[in-house]
Amino acid sequence: MIEQNPLVQMTFAKALNAGLRRAMERDPRVVLMGEDIGKLGGVFRVTDALQKDFGAHRVIDTPLAESGIMGTAIGMAYRGYRPIVEIQFDGFLYPAFDQIVSQVAKLHFRSLGRVKVPITVRIPFGGGIGSPEHHSESPEAYFVHTAGLRVISPSNPQDAYAMIQEAVASDDPVVFLEPKRRYHDKGDVDTSVGLDGPGGLAMGSARVASEGRDVTLVAYGPLVKTCLDAAIAASDEGVSVEVIDLRSLSPIDYATLETSVRKTGRLVIAHEASRTGGLGAEIAASIAERCFYYLEHAPVRVTGFDIPYPYSKLEFYHLPDLDRILDGVDRVLGRPNSLSGTEEGE
Amino acid sequence: MRTEVSTYQMRYQMTAGDHGSPIQLLSPDGERHPNEHFDHYLDDVDGESGAQTLASLYEDMVVARRIDAEGTALQRQGQLGLWPPFVGQEAAQIGSAHAIGADDFIFPSYREIGVAYVRGASLPDLVRQWRGNAHSGWDPFALNMAPSQVVIGAQTLHAVGYAMGVLFDGAETAAVTYFGDGATSQGDVNESMVFAASYQAPVVFFCQNNHWAISEPVGLQAHVPIARRAPGFGIPSARVDGNDVLACLAVTREALERAHSGNGPSYIEAVTYRMGPHTTADDPTRYRDPNELEDWKERDPIARFEAYLGGLGLLDDELRSRVAAKADAVAAELREATIHMPDPAPGSLFEHVYAGPHSVLDRQRDQFERYHGGISSATLVEGGH
Ligand SMILES: Cc1ncc(C[n+]2csc(CCOP(=O)(O)OP(=O)(O)O)c2C)c(N)n1
Ligand SMILES: [Mg+2]
Repeated sequence: MIEQNPLVQMTFAKALNAGLRRAMERDPRVVLMGEDIGKLGGVFRVTDALQKDFGAHRVIDTPLAESGIMGTAIGMAYRGYRPIVEIQFDGFLYPAFDQIVSQVAKLHFRSLGRVKVPITVRIPFGGGIGSPEHHSESPEAYFVHTAGLRVISPSNPQDAYAMIQEAVASDDPVVFLEPKRRYHDKGDVDTSVGLDGPGGLAMGSARVASEGRDVTLVAYGPLVKTCLDAAIAASDEGVSVEVIDLRSLSPIDYATLETSVRKTGRLVIAHEASRTGGLGAEIAASIAERCFYYLEHAPVRVTGFDIPYPYSKLEFYHLPDLDRILDGVDRVLGRPNSLSGTEEGE
Repeated sequence: MRTEVSTYQMRYQMTAGDHGSPIQLLSPDGERHPNEHFDHYLDDVDGESGAQTLASLYEDMVVARRIDAEGTALQRQGQLGLWPPFVGQEAAQIGSAHAIGADDFIFPSYREIGVAYVRGASLPDLVRQWRGNAHSGWDPFALNMAPSQVVIGAQTLHAVGYAMGVLFDGAETAAVTYFGDGATSQGDVNESMVFAASYQAPVVFFCQNNHWAISEPVGLQAHVPIARRAPGFGIPSARVDGNDVLACLAVTREALERAHSGNGPSYIEAVTYRMGPHTTADDPTRYRDPNELEDWKERDPIARFEAYLGGLGLLDDELRSRVAAKADAVAAELREATIHMPDPAPGSLFEHVYAGPHSVLDRQRDQFERYHGGISSATLVEGGH
């Protein structure tokens, strides 16, 4: 009899929960730290039942102080623990920013590699859930800009399950960005994928989420699903879009991007975060450097505006949606688009 | 490892209870305790002429509770995105708010909706941000009250800075900041105490210890009564029964007197209880013993005040029905205003990001308008500027 891999349908949040559980079972030095992660199971229930099963010394409800959480996690790492820190919402990580940027990110470098900082910082990020202010931010560029941190973001339950385990196993600090509006999305998860299972490890590599010939469309986290929907809509109009799910934001898997852009000659990058200084800028510049002679059009960015994340009544005017992404696809193809007739629209 | 765990759990549970009895001027059954130190802060409350003051405290507590219930109902009906109930905290909020002068400046958290009501915030301004129509409601300089603060503890530093400004101006006003028991763990809150003490700034720290920070009991934040922290920073503090509106009023008046007379900062811990969920998105049954809520219902701040008013013979049908009618009217107006609140214009996304023009953002706004204007409109074809 051939052994089937056990496929289980799970929500994104449940897949993270299962991945965390597996990481904790594998290594007794793995601990969770954060606000409301114990009995409550976190405000998104990602740590549901873990305190009950592993105890209050491994799933640690902390005082309400993010700098405190991050700083003590570093001390735990000195003692050989592998802390997984939960920041409750993207907008509440900034009190910990100093500890992340000045301490977590630099310790390996300044100790000449003697001190490892295997901390995973889990951050529910992004918008689209109708929240009040400070609950919908996309801070990834700050971290990508900070040397010493790995930054990753899964877009689906399978990757969530595998990537959280990889993040925990990494000897480098990892900022793990969870697209909170996808927490309830369901998907099949092969639970044999993981550190001790066969292949399939995701963390450093981008994934071609759907193949296409005409346009390369790059996204990560929450917008991968939107881009896949856009690719289907585009194919109805005879445009073949290749969607790439970055998964890793630092480092970026340029080999996969280059292969795609050499084929299509056209690049669109979509993210929720503001445009200026965002990941789209970095990717556009790098692809221009690497693939200049293959490009048929300047890379196009479809992003949030350069504004503070807005009140929820208007958030869907700010967030790139299917139509705005298709408009970006039209732009990169030189078809009629929202900028036609303007200088930018050529 | 075993012993470490159990020691941890033991200490954690031992300290979850209270130490030191809070200042109380009304017992839970509504009996007035004379207090040598605080009674003279209640001259306008005690005695013959006090009926009006007492009635206005009562009215504000009842109306505040009704606003809160309406907020929860509006959220359940999809008219608000979220609502942070403050039911149970009416005495702490209304008592302290009545002590604060119109010229004093308040820096609240998100839960001080009762304070904002006393301050004169319009009803739509109380719900605007919870509906998702804006990030704030009232005009801070019209009410002398900053917008509500979601980032835990950040506002305490703003209050101290404001008070430093008052001090350097030689003015006689003060700043008051509200925050929760959970907030006391934040670096910002501790740093604000350092600054306040260092400059002897005229600021009042008003901590509503409602026993919970979402699912975390206060014992996780502090192993001593929170009020005891302040003296370590050089700030005098008081622990007050937060469900006793007269005690909250008197203690806050004392603290403000200190601030106004050049005697520096004060710290008040009002011991109260969050009778509702953290917000309408929360499910306290996951982490809270329902008996605890039953115990605190016995100490309900409004019931206690009613018992007191009843004992004085003030709680007659006239007062009851007047206050009930006012609460009904406010609730109806709040509901109407919420349901008919117009959505913000999409273009307002780009307003107020900067005080002046910004070439990059202005261009994004142009593109936004072009996009939403529709790509096929005739004006667009003509007008490439
Ligand atoms: C810096 C920061 N971290 C986390 C949160 C998420 N959060 C919102 S309210 C809250 C608990 C606050 O408890 P407390 O200070 O006691 O105030 P209460 O809600 O009880 O009024 C938490 C953790 C936040 N808003 N800001
Ligand atoms: Mg609290």
